[in-house]
Amino acid sequence: MLARVRRRPVIFSRITRTLHASTARQRQLFDPSAVERISEDVDVCIVGGGPAGLSAAIRLKQLEQKRGKEFRIVVLEKGAEVGSHILSGAVIEPRALNELLPDWSSRPDHPLKQPATSSTMKFLTGSLALPIPHPPQMNNDGNYIVSLSQFTSWLGTIAEEMGVEVYPGFAGAGIVYSDDRKGVLGVCTNEVGLDKNFHMKETFEPGMEFRAKVTLIAEGAHGSLSKELINQFDLRRDADPQTYAIGLKEVWRVDPSQYRPGEVVHTMGWPLDWKTYGGGWVYHMADGLVSLGLVIGLDYANPWLSPYNELQRMKHHPYFSRLLSGSSTRIAYGARALNEGGLQAVPRVHFPGGALIGCSAGFVNIAKIKGTHNAMKSGMLAAEAAADALCRTNEETTVSKPESPRLSDMSVYETSLKDSWVWSDLHEVRNIRASFNTPLGIWGGIAYSGIDSLFLKGRTPWTFRNVSRTSDAAHTLPASRCKRITYPPPQPPLSTDLLTSLTLTGTNHAEDQPIHLRVRVNGLEDSTVRREHVRRNVGDYAGLLGRACPAGVYEYVDDEHTSAVEEGKSGGWGGKKLVINSQNCIHCKLCDIKVPTQDITWTVPEGGGGPKYTIT
Amino acid sequence: MRPSAVRLLNILVPVKRAVDFAVKIRVNPEQTGIDLNVKHSMNPFDEIAVEEAVRLRERLKDAVKSIKVVTIGPPKAVETLRTALAMGADSAIHVEIPEGAPSPEPLAVAKTLREVVARQKEGVDLVIMGKQAIDDDAGQTGQMLAGLMDWAQATFASKVDVDASAKVANVTREIDGGLEQLRCQLPVVITTDLRLNEPRYASLPNIMKAKKKPVEKFTSTDLGVDLAPRLQTLKITEPPKRIGGGKVANVDELLAKLKEAGITSKRA
Repeated sequence: MLARVRRRPVIFSRITRTLHASTARQRQLFDPSAVERISEDVDVCIVGGGPAGLSAAIRLKQLEQKRGKEFRIVVLEKGAEVGSHILSGAVIEPRALNELLPDWSSRPDHPLKQPATSSTMKFLTGSLALPIPHPPQMNNDGNYIVSLSQFTSWLGTIAEEMGVEVYPGFAGAGIVYSDDRKGVLGVCTNEVGLDKNFHMKETFEPGMEFRAKVTLIAEGAHGSLSKELINQFDLRRDADPQTYAIGLKEVWRVDPSQYRPGEVVHTMGWPLDWKTYGGGWVYHMADGLVSLGLVIGLDYANPWLSPYNELQRMKHHPYFSRLLSGSSTRIAYGARALNEGGLQAVPRVHFPGGALIGCSAGFVNIAKIKGTHNAMKSGMLAAEAAADALCRTNEETTVSKPESPRLSDMSVYETSLKDSWVWSDLHEVRNIRASFNTPLGIWGGIAYSGIDSLFLKGRTPWTFRNVSRTSDAAHTLPASRCKRITYPPPQPPLSTDLLTSLTLTGTNHAEDQPIHLRVRVNGLEDSTVRREHVRRNVGDYAGLLGRACPAGVYEYVDDEHTSAVEEGKSGGWGGKKLVINSQNCIHCKLCDIKVPTQDITWTVPEGGGGPKYTIT
Repeated sequence: MRPSAVRLLNILVPVKRAVDFAVKIRVNPEQTGIDLNVKHSMNPFDEIAVEEAVRLRERLKDAVKSIKVVTIGPPKAVETLRTALAMGADSAIHVEIPEGAPSPEPLAVAKTLREVVARQKEGVDLVIMGKQAIDDDAGQTGQMLAGLMDWAQATFASKVDVDASAKVANVTREIDGGLEQLRCQLPVVITTDLRLNEPRYASLPNIMKAKKKPVEKFTSTDLGVDLAPRLQTLKITEPPKRIGGGKVANVDELLAKLKEAGITSKRA
C-alpha cells in the first residue's frame, strides 16, 4: 500500500506569503459603551490570587460547611499562573496560616521547609559590614523563609481543591458600578484581541462581567482597581497618603561553602546615602538557594538614583561578593512596589458591595518587614464578614425587589480588623517609618526607632502623621538640585545590565495590544499631555523614569522631528520623546507611584502576560 | 484505522505541555537536563493545530463530527487539555505518566498515538499536530506516526483545505524552495507550521464550559506501549559564553590577527 499522495509541480517558485491576520484597515475601533459582555453571577468575586485573596477564598469555603450554605467563589488572577506575579523576600510569620490551616504541616507538599535560624543586622560601609543591634520585632523565631511565589501557588492548589474557581490569565480590568455609582456590583475582565490602536482584531473577545454580591479587591500594593475605588469612594479622606518602597530581588544558587540555611540578614547603609530610606537583605532559603535584594523608599529625592544599579553595585560589596563567589549562579530577578505607610495610611477598607484586603489596603509591618501574615488575616476577616453579608442578603432578597440589587454591607470587616491582632501588630510600629522622614535622615530614624522598638514598643500617646500629605512623587527634587550619581558599568557574573536581568523574569506581553501604561491627565491622553510630560520629566527631573523603572520600560530618546511644531504634534519636547516599551513591564507599579508629574496610569494588559516568577 | 463509513470527519489533535516560550531556561546543576520548575504551556505549534481543527469545523460545519485532543504527560498536563477544550475541542484523552518521569521520545509518542487512534471506535480521519515541540525541536513524531499507521502525511502545512465528501485534503507545505501543494487522500497526518493560522484566545466563558467536557484517562500499560527512553543523555551544558572581541585600527592589523587565528592562508 503506497502512500496515497499525488504531487503537483510547483509552478511559481516565489509566492508571496500573505499575512493570515486580518489587515488593519478592515478593523473596527473598539467602543466600550457598545460592547456586549457575557455576565456571570457569583457570590464572591476576588480580584487577585495572592495570599490575601486566596486566604479569603479558602476561609469562605471553610465557612460554607459551618453556615450550611454554598458560596460560588471566583478568583481572577492576571498572571499566567497563580504565583507568577508575586515576589517578596520572604520570611513569613505563620500566625495567620496557623489559624487558616492548622494542619498545614501535615500536608505533603507545603513549601515552608526552611525555618529561620538566626537574625542579624549589618551596617555596610564601602568595605565593611558592621554588626548592629536590630529591633526585637525583627527576631524571627518560629518564622519560615519561603519563596512567596511558591507559597502562593500552594495556597492556590488548596483553594482549587476546595472548589474555588481560580482563573489565572484573566485580569480584573474594570469595576461594574451600580446605576447611581454608589456601590460596586462586580468586576469585568480585560478585553482580548485589541491592536495597538484599540481596533478589534479577528481574535477579539470582550471581557466578561462577574456580578458578585461581594467583591474583594486583593491586587497587592497600588493596585489599579484599588486606586480607582479609593478615589471613587474617597476612602482616604481620614487617612494619610500611602507611601511605598521598591523592592528589587535576585535569587542565587550559591556555592555550598557559602550556604548557611536559615540565616536571615538585613543591611542598612551602603550603597544608599543617609538621606535615603532603605536597606538590603539576604535570606538563605531551602535547597541551596539564597534570596537577596534591596528595598528603597520611593520618597527618595534624587532623580539620578537608579534602584536597579544600586542593587547591582551592592553586590560588589565584599560581604556580598564573598557570598556569591565560587560556583554561584543567578537564577531569578524581579521587582515590586510595597507599602510603607503603616497604620496611618490604611484607608477605609470597605465600600458598598465590597472591600479592600491585603496590600491593596496596606498592612505591611515595616519594622518586621513582613506583610503576608496581616494580608492573610485581613482576607480571612473579610471572608467572615462576607459570609455574614451573603447569609443576610439571602433572607432579604425574598422581601425586596429582585431588580434593585442590594449592596452588601462590609462594615463588619473594618470593625473586626480594628479588633484583631492585625491592628495591634501595626499599632506597635506605627511611628517607626515616619521617624525617618526628618531632616536627620536615617540617623534620626535609627535613633528614634531604637528607643521606640526596644523600650516604648509603640506605647506613646503620639502618632506621626504625614500632615503635609506629601506623596512619594512630590518628595522628588529637581535634578539640578541633586548630585548626579555615576554608577559603575556591570561586571558579570556578579552584576549585569538591566536587560540581561530582565530575561530572568520571563516577562512577555503579546505584541499587538494597546500599551497598558497610559500617559493621562484628568482623563485626557493626547499629544499635548505627552509633550508636557516630556517637558517636565526631561527638563526638570532628568528623565527619572528611565532610571527608575526596574524593567527598562521607559526611554527618553532623541526625537527625529526637526521643527518644534512637528515635534509637539508627536508629543516630543526639546529634542526628546518618550518611548514606552510596555512589553518589558514586570507589573511593579513604580511608575504610577513615583513619576514626578503623576501622569502615568498603570492599567491591566491582556491577562497572562507579565513576569513568570516561580521561585521569587 | 479505516476512515468512518458515513461522510463525517473525526479529528484527533495531539498536544504537548512544554516549557513556556518566554521562560529563560537553565541547565540543572547535575547537567542532566534543564530546570523544569518553571512555567509550562501548550506547545505553540500545537495551539495552531487545535486552532486549525476548530476552523475546519467552522468551515465544514456538520461534516466534522468530533475534535478530540490527546496528550501524554504528567498529571498537570490536564491543564493543557483544558485549554484545548476551551479553544473548541469536544473531548480529551490524557495518557498519564508519573510525575517526574522523563518526557517520552518521538517514537514512543508515535506508538502511543497509534494505539489511541486504534481504540477510537468511530475511527480517525485527520490527525493534526504541531510540526515540532519547542523543548526538544525533534520534528519527528508526525512523520513516524504516519509511517507506523501507513497513512498519508503532509508536514509543515501552511494551508489546509479538506473536501469531506471526496475524502481528500489539499495541503500547501512550506519547503526549502517555496511552497508545495499536495492532494492527500484521507486518512492523513498533517503537521502544522507557523503561518497556518493565529490561534484564538481561550476566553473565560469557554474555559468555564470546558470544565464540563469529558477527559478520558489512560496509562501506558493500558495501551500496551513502552515509554521508556531508548536514548541516554550523557550531558547537557549551556553554549559557551561569548567573550568580547577587539577592535583593529587598520586592514594590516586585521590581516595579522586573522593569520594569528590561523584563518587565512595568505602570507602577510
